[in-house]
Order: sequence, then C-alpha cells, then structure tokens
Amino acid sequence: MPRLLTLWLPLVTHVGALMPLGLIIWGLTQDQLTADPIREIQLRTGKAALVLLVLTLACTPVSKVSPLRWVLRLRRLLGLYAFAYASLHLLNFIGIDYGFDLGLLQKDLPKKYYIFLGFAAFLSLLPLAITSTKVWRQRLGKNWQRLHWLVYPAALLAVTHFLLLVKAGRREPYLYAAIVLLFLLARLPWLGKIVRRPRRWFKK
Amino acid sequence: MNQIKSSQITPEHLYLSRRRFLIGAGALVAGTVLFGACGPGVPEPPDLQPPSPGTDELGDKITPYKDITNYNNFYEFSLNKEDVASLAKNFITSPWSVTVGGLVRNPQTFDIDDLRRRFPAEERIYRLRCVEGWSMVIPWDGFPLAKLLEVVEPTSEAKYVRFESLYDPKQMPMREIPFEWPYVEGLRLDEARDNLTLLATGIYGKPLLPQSGAPLRLVVPWKYGYKSIKSIVKIDLVAEMPLPFWVNQSSSEYGFYANVNPAVSHPRWSQASERRIGETKRRTTLLFNGYDKEVAPFYQGMDLEKLF
Repeated sequence: MPRLLTLWLPLVTHVGALMPLGLIIWGLTQDQLTADPIREIQLRTGKAALVLLVLTLACTPVSKVSPLRWVLRLRRLLGLYAFAYASLHLLNFIGIDYGFDLGLLQKDLPKKYYIFLGFAAFLSLLPLAITSTKVWRQRLGKNWQRLHWLVYPAALLAVTHFLLLVKAGRREPYLYAAIVLLFLLARLPWLGKIVRRPRRWFKK
Repeated sequence: MNQIKSSQITPEHLYLSRRRFLIGAGALVAGTVLFGACGPGVPEPPDLQPPSPGTDELGDKITPYKDITNYNNFYEFSLNKEDVASLAKNFITSPWSVTVGGLVRNPQTFDIDDLRRRFPAEERIYRLRCVEGWSMVIPWDGFPLAKLLEVVEPTSEAKYVRFESLYDPKQMPMREIPFEWPYVEGLRLDEARDNLTLLATGIYGKPLLPQSGAPLRLVVPWKYGYKSIKSIVKIDLVAEMPLPFWVNQSSSEYGFYANVNPAVSHPRWSQASERRIGETKRRTTLLFNGYDKEVAPFYQGMDLEKLF
C-alpha cells in the first residue's frame, strides 16, 4: 500500500491531469482543433478546469463514505491542476483571443455576465493555489481551513459561468451544478453525520 | 422445448443483409481505430483553389474550402460545428422540390433541376458573419431571390417572405434537444427583393454540400448567418411577420431583423468584434457586415437597437 500511495497514485493523477493539455498540443501540431482553434482551446481548457475542480471536491465526501480514504492525498494535486487549467483558460481568452487588447475586451463586456463570473471563480481559486504549500498551511493554522472553503463558491461560480455560455442543451452544465451542490450539502455538519455512517458498514 | 413462432424467425434476405451490415460495421470500426488517429473522420475535401480574384470587394481573402465545408451550424444534424459534415454526408438532396406559394398570383412547385436551369448561377463573393462571433468569406453560386419572386408575382397584400427548411427526423439525427422544427426564417419583402439577397446552389463553383444547406439555401450577407436558412423546401409570401426559429427559442437574444450590428451586444458572443476563420487577431465588426451603402436605406428611421 505505501508504494501505491506514494508512487503510483500521484503518477496516475499527473498523467491523467496532463492528458487534456497533451491532446491540445497534439491537435495544434496536427491542425486538428477545428477551423477555429482558439475557441477549441478555450472550450477544452475550461472543461478540464471544471472536471478537475469537481474531482477535487469529490475527494472529501468519497473519503468519508467509502473505504477509499487515501483519495484525500490527491486533493491538493487535483486542485492545483484545476487552477492551472483555469489559468490557461484565462490566458487564452485575454492573451490569444483578445491579444491583450483591453479596449476591445471592454467593448464586449456589456451583458456578458459569464466573463465576470468566470473571472470571479479564478480569483477565488488564486489564494487557494498560493496557500497550498505546507508552510502556508502551518502559518495560517485554523484559518487555512476557513480560507479553503472558497473552493465551493469557486465551483458554483464556474458552473454558472458554463451555464450562461451554453447556446442550447443545458443538460451538461446542470449535471455539474447538481454534483457540486451535492458535495456542498454533504459537508454541512448535520448532513455530514448521516453521510459518514456508511463507512462503518464497509468495515464490518 | 419452447416453440419458436414463425414470426420470430428472421427471413433469410434480412438475416444476410444484417450480417453484411455487421461485417461492414466491423470493418468501419477497425478502419476508424487504425486510421482514426491519422486524420478526421470525414474524407478530406480536395484543396480547391479559390476563384479569382481570391478576395471580396474589401480585399479580404476567400476562406479555404476545407474550413467552409467542415465548420457548420446545422442544428438538425448536430450542435457541434465540426460534426455536421460527417453526419450530413448521406443527406438526400435529389429529387428535391421547392413549393412557392402564399400571397402570389402564380403559386408553383419547382424541381431543383428546373430552378437551376431557369435561373443560371452567378458568382457572389460575400462575407458571412455568424452571431457566435466568427466570420468567413465565401464565393457563392446562385441567383437573386428577386428573380424567383418576379415569376410567382407577389400580390399587394404580401409584406414578408417566409422560408422553411426540410425537417426529416429519419435523415436528421438531432433529437437531443426538443427544438420546434422545422427551421423557419423570414425577410421583409423589400429586403427579399434586394439584389444582394441570394438563393445559393453552390460554393467554389461546386454544388452545395449537405452541411452547407444543399440543394438550395438563402444568403443574406448583411444579416447574421442564422438568417441564411438551409435546405429550403417552402417559400411563402405572407402578410404578417414570420416567427424565425431562433427568435422562437429566445426572443431576448435573437431578433427578426438580425442585422449585423456591433452596437447591439449579445450575452454570449462578441458583436463588437469577430474572428475571421484562419486568422488569429480579432477584427472590428462592421455595421451591416460592410454592406451599409446597399442596405442602410431599408432601415431609415428605425431604432436598430430595439429592432435588432
């Protein structure tokens, strides 16, 4: 088990989390990112960030209701990858799509609430990424836990951002919204007690 | 032992054709696995040379044929622009007839081949601006809608033209979302009679492919692309303003006029700027997509921010 935990699990997580980026780079070299590659990169980095964020949120409830307690060890790594894809997503939007032309971007802001929500989600994740080290964890003490609750608002903002961007077929963003809400509910203290019970059944 | 009813036995010809189908499907899957990683699922269209002069009247380069025919909004087939070409490749466009009626003196049903013979195609190089913030320059072949209207003679009560696409669920697999098919569009009669308004039958000198709206589609270059309805089966002259498909989906986002207008923003996509397919840097979107000299007189005195 220790080798599995210290070597293979992080390795598999790294490979899985780097896969979307690898596919984007491969697609770019093969001219396979549709007729509008900038848009395709925007869609793929956004999706990768959201999926990784949902997986990050899944770690705590999964470790509580199942015998798979070790998933907690992956939470930080998954969260950092989610932040990395969110950064690429933002960079592609401002830097490549808009060519850092903030005047042009400003002209496009009216009515586009999705831009504000997406940016707010990024800003919520930023302090979490910065304080993800052991040193910061010790330095912040109890406040570290409080600060890292920000991951829930970040996920809700990200899901709403996605929802506002869908032209037709809202099933997918609603599914993500439902999952995030479920994980959030599971962390409420009184519900948590009910949810925690099943682990004892596994032990028997 | 259970008796097998004769109705449960598959007749031999069906049985054999099913087997042939399975062999074919198996070969297809194997082929996809073997070669899928090497290229797109659709056979690459020939790399056609753009017709001369290679640009539109503003000097903007014609978009490559490959991009025009592999990046299509055609929701009857798919929500994904890059999937339409392969999903529509077996779409039947012959025989095809177009019924023109409503408030006209000579209602008629035209066979598509007769239409082509009667109204010889001319080439028009137009910019196409999608409401989603991307654009192309396309060399269309077709004839002005005005010529067809002359033949059917609209009566004095006719104020609008209503267009309807084919909707055949057997050929069009899009069932995921409960849209109200068929696709409908409309133009004011004066817009429909403008010389820019085209009924297209081809692109790059070749007949339209299904993903581009074969065999007959509308092209209205100063309006957002969704106005340019595809695979038309019915054209009616009417007195009341028709309810276009997208306006019916969401009237706060899409309007009847749908004129390209950088001043009217949309909750999802930029209308102030656009990306020309094949370019990296955004371009500023032009009022009426750059056709303001020709069409601005139609909208004099109208508040275009309200009547978008």
